[in-house]
Amino acid sequence: MMHTFEFIGVTHDIDSTLIVEEKWLFACHADDVPENGGVCVKSNQEQIAVFNFARRGEWFATQNLCPHKQQMVLSRGMIGSTGDQCEPKVACPFHKKTFSLVTGKCLSGDEYQIKTYPVKINDGKVYIQVE
Amino acid sequence: MNQNGKLTIVVIGNGMVGYKFCEKLIRKSSNFNIVVFGEEPRPAYDRVHLSEYFNGKSADDLSLADISWYAENGIRLHLCNPIKKIDRHSKKIYSFKGDEQSYDYLILATGSSAFVPNIPGIEKDGVFVYRKIEDLELIKSYGCKANKAAIIGGGLLGLEAAKALLDLGIKETHVIEFAPRLMPRQIDNSGSMMLQSKLLELGVQVHLNKNTSTVNGNGKIESLIFSDNSHLDIDMLVISAGIKPRDELAQMAGLELGPRGGIAVNDQCKTSDDYIYAIGECALYNGMVYGLVAPGYEMAEVAAVNICGNTKSLTGFDMSTKLKLIGVDVASFGDAFIAEPDCRTIVFEDRYKGIYKRINISNDGKFLLGGILIGDATSYNILLQTVNNRIIIPPNPDDLIMGSRGEPVEKAGGGVMNLPGQALICSCEAISKDAICSAVTEQGVTTMEALKKCTKAGTGCGGCIPMMKDLLLGTMQANGVYIKNTLCEHFNYSRQELFDLVKINSLKTYNEILELYGKGDGCEVCKPAIASILAGLWNDLILKQETIQDSNDRFLANIQKGGTYSVVPRIAGGEITPDKLITIGQVAKKYNLYTKITGGQRIDLFGAHLTDLPEIWEELIDAGFESGHAYGKSLRTVKSCVGSTWCRFGLHDSVSFAIEIENRYKGLRAPHKLKGGVSGCIRECAEAQSKDFGIIATEKGWNLYICGNGGSKPQHAQLLAGDINRETCIRYLDRFLMFYIKTADPLTRTATWLNKMEGGMIYLKNVITNDSLGIAAELEAAMQQHINTYRCEWKAAIENTEMRKRFSHFVNAPKEKDPNAQFVAMREQVKAKEW
Ligand code: SRM
Ligand SMILES: Cc1cc2nc3c(=O)[nH]c(=O)nc-3n(C[C@H](O)[C@H](O)[C@H](O)COP(=O)(O)OP(=O)(O)OC[C@H]3O[C@@H](n4cnc5c(N)ncnc54)[C@H](O)[C@@H]3O)c2cc1C
Ligand code: SF4
Ligand code: FES
Repeated sequence: MMHTFEFIGVTHDIDSTLIVEEKWLFACHADDVPENGGVCVKSNQEQIAVFNFARRGEWFATQNLCPHKQQMVLSRGMIGSTGDQCEPKVACPFHKKTFSLVTGKCLSGDEYQIKTYPVKINDGKVYIQVE
Repeated sequence: MNQNGKLTIVVIGNGMVGYKFCEKLIRKSSNFNIVVFGEEPRPAYDRVHLSEYFNGKSADDLSLADISWYAENGIRLHLCNPIKKIDRHSKKIYSFKGDEQSYDYLILATGSSAFVPNIPGIEKDGVFVYRKIEDLELIKSYGCKANKAAIIGGGLLGLEAAKALLDLGIKETHVIEFAPRLMPRQIDNSGSMMLQSKLLELGVQVHLNKNTSTVNGNGKIESLIFSDNSHLDIDMLVISAGIKPRDELAQMAGLELGPRGGIAVNDQCKTSDDYIYAIGECALYNGMVYGLVAPGYEMAEVAAVNICGNTKSLTGFDMSTKLKLIGVDVASFGDAFIAEPDCRTIVFEDRYKGIYKRINISNDGKFLLGGILIGDATSYNILLQTVNNRIIIPPNPDDLIMGSRGEPVEKAGGGVMNLPGQALICSCEAISKDAICSAVTEQGVTTMEALKKCTKAGTGCGGCIPMMKDLLLGTMQANGVYIKNTLCEHFNYSRQELFDLVKINSLKTYNEILELYGKGDGCEVCKPAIASILAGLWNDLILKQETIQDSNDRFLANIQKGGTYSVVPRIAGGEITPDKLITIGQVAKKYNLYTKITGGQRIDLFGAHLTDLPEIWEELIDAGFESGHAYGKSLRTVKSCVGSTWCRFGLHDSVSFAIEIENRYKGLRAPHKLKGGVSGCIRECAEAQSKDFGIIATEKGWNLYICGNGGSKPQHAQLLAGDINRETCIRYLDRFLMFYIKTADPLTRTATWLNKMEGGMIYLKNVITNDSLGIAAELEAAMQQHINTYRCEWKAAIENTEMRKRFSHFVNAPKEKDPNAQFVAMREQVKAKEW
């Protein structure tokens, strides 16, 4: 089976001297992602977990791989938040290690770190910034 | 000095103490380049809990820090790279692999190796030591062929090794000790005798006063010959006769050693060279090598402080010990051996239960000096604290080991809350009671996890965890915090309180409940707990609120290693037709699923890709199967024996009854899973008394048992009612199950629920059979509503295209399978690849 990935290259000024090109991957339609849950998106060799945090009206994306036992499952984890600052997090379904959706830091006391990606919604479509 | 102006600190040895040194140094200062050379292939791991490697812990679980931790903290770690030479004049070290590295300060943390006595034949195959993960791997692979094993050395480590060999399944295990008693440095003769008889019960035979003269065998070990000419046939030997400090590098470099080895250090851990420190089990301080981790950690602290330019000195070490893991409590603390006339001694001995306790008290009766506990060491922590903090003991000192007027021993000495603030609670990390209490009071810590993270207490040997728990609760209580078992940080209610609130207010979704009674955005603890409450009350399709379910409930299957799922169709009562068996076979073949008969009398198909689940279930449902709810906290199976339809002893038709009951309660969601059994007579072939509910046929009807459990803490079910008829049995079951669903805490099986219930079985019996709460009708109605609303979740899922869509791994490539889910062949089937 073949996939076509739609990249939209946006160029914009950051401080008039530096021009950055961002690559945004079209992941799926917003209504493909369950409210307050996640799905897994295939991007070249990578697997990316995208979360629709409907309760907060926010979207997050992280690597799909749980660093604990190298399992491709974070998109199937439960999301929630912790602490007074309500830090958004996802819990791996295997051993319930939790990771911040913002910083990617492991919140259950281990030294793990996962990748996070910027997400944006445009016209009912979900885009992930992959580079 | 390095080009960036930082001093270079080189650590030789990446064991427990070498690691702790790095951790402490980086916490104190970032002014150093740290380079570590380790000989073992892995980064430092928890040697103290090494034996747990045999109980299922992996090398990863034992690891003290991930390899990435070193990089993140700027520590250059060389593994598998032993050092062969120190050149003190040029301040350089050289490794076997050819690396050279200069240092400003050198830390020797080379630990020790097992001492192997020079016995003729000791080099034979089948002789092992017990120190590293690799040793345990060798023991494990050799041990599966061995039937009789011996351990030379009856000390702390030898006994731990003996237990490990038993756990490996070796039938006969012997401990050989040279001295006239076990653990000669920790316990006395009477204690040793009691321990010996306890060990015999576990299957370990002890031989004292034995001096091994020869290891016999042709290439591999076959027997031991002793100096009294007796012998013992064995096929495996583990040597645990003491430790030998690894001082060979220091010796070559001309550093001062002790007369019997060990690198001599002063009270700042400095060796005879001002630029070289030695810490841990390779160091000799005050004429002694300390074979415990706490003194090593203290040395790491002292060395780190001194290298940072401050001063700190070693003081004495506490050598109190508690033996772990062997299935018998053994502890010795303070001055265990001091005897009359230097003190007064109280001894308590109960040969029936195998308990021996000795405490030594100062002649003026004021202080506890030390003691020994065998068979029951529950009071070890508090007694140790009483010695170390010189707490004045009660007027009847025997209360310390006997408990006063039936009160638990903990209370007699005053409990941990009465300890002075400077009392050392965690000796591995040197954390005082004050530090723990202030974490609770000032930093608002409320959980054990947070307490460990914030203070580091309890992260070493773990022996202080019970005291930490008491301090945590005690301090919270003292601060006026009302402690109840609330769900999690988002809900200040217990499960039972929420259950009632949800019911009274007819709430149907997690979001509504969170809005009304919670705060924040929820988490992986309260979401499934509330999902279970909602299912227990309204029995609505769990798929409608998929994202508050655990992964298993979200995808209606159990997640396995590698991310595939298992498929368990319901086979009520264990009865299945040949045609249905054929369907299972065909489906398994088609989707390449590993097939196994489960312990619950049905068939599990493992290794299904998420994407294949709907098609697999479609085929099964077409053949008349339904979901088996193996994924849910819900009714699993009702096991049956064949009963009166075939069995010559059968009194009634147990199969039909089991099927009826399984179908009645299928899909019922509960705080934890539920299992039942029905046996056709008292021979009990369905093991009904090990289930949450069990029914056994009698001449006059049925006996109904409840609240049994298999699992890790097995417990027999207790009789609720005897000789009752079918209808009464079902009515009682309806009430029992609904009462449990309504009142139990999350993830609490019926047995644990009963154990915690005030009034116990008498109370529960009254609620169910005498309707003492007046809620029987309500409970029965709730069950009837469950039965009326039951639907097979899988049928609903495959019939609904929207729901069906969720069963794909990639949202943007729905037909594609996860390439990371991999299998390996095994006995003509497949299994999940190791992780
Ligand atoms: C498949 C099976 C083993 C087998 O191949 O035989 C099994 C497999 C699992 N059991 Fe079990 N148990 C199985 C029968 C049992 C039994 C025997 C029985 O049911 O008669 C017991 C002891 C009886 C009891 O529960 O009291 C049993 C006691 C446990 C426990 C301990 C429960 C306890 O209260 O201590 C757990 C852990 C838990 O639930 O928290 C557990 C948990 C598990 C889990 C769910 C572990 C996990 O979290 O992944 C395993 C899921 C495998 C899967 O993906 O399908 N399993 N498990 C059995 C399925 C039975 C079935 O047809 O549904
Ligand atoms: C089975 C077992 C159970 C135990 N139980 C307890 C207990 O219950 N309580 C307790 O307090 N203690 C216990 N101990 C003792 C405790 O594990 C040790 O006190 C502790 O590990 C000592 O730490 P260390 O760093 O000094 O030595 P180690 O942990 O042995 O580390 C030394 C490291 O240095 C390496 N090394 C040596 N020479 C070189 C070289 N030339 N170049 C590079 N690297 C080198 C070694 O390979 C090793 O990795 C137990 C030990 C064992 C084996
Ligand atoms: S099937 Fe049960 S007993 Fe076996 S490994 Fe899994 S949880 Fe443990
Ligand atoms: S694999 Fe994710 S927590 Fe273990």
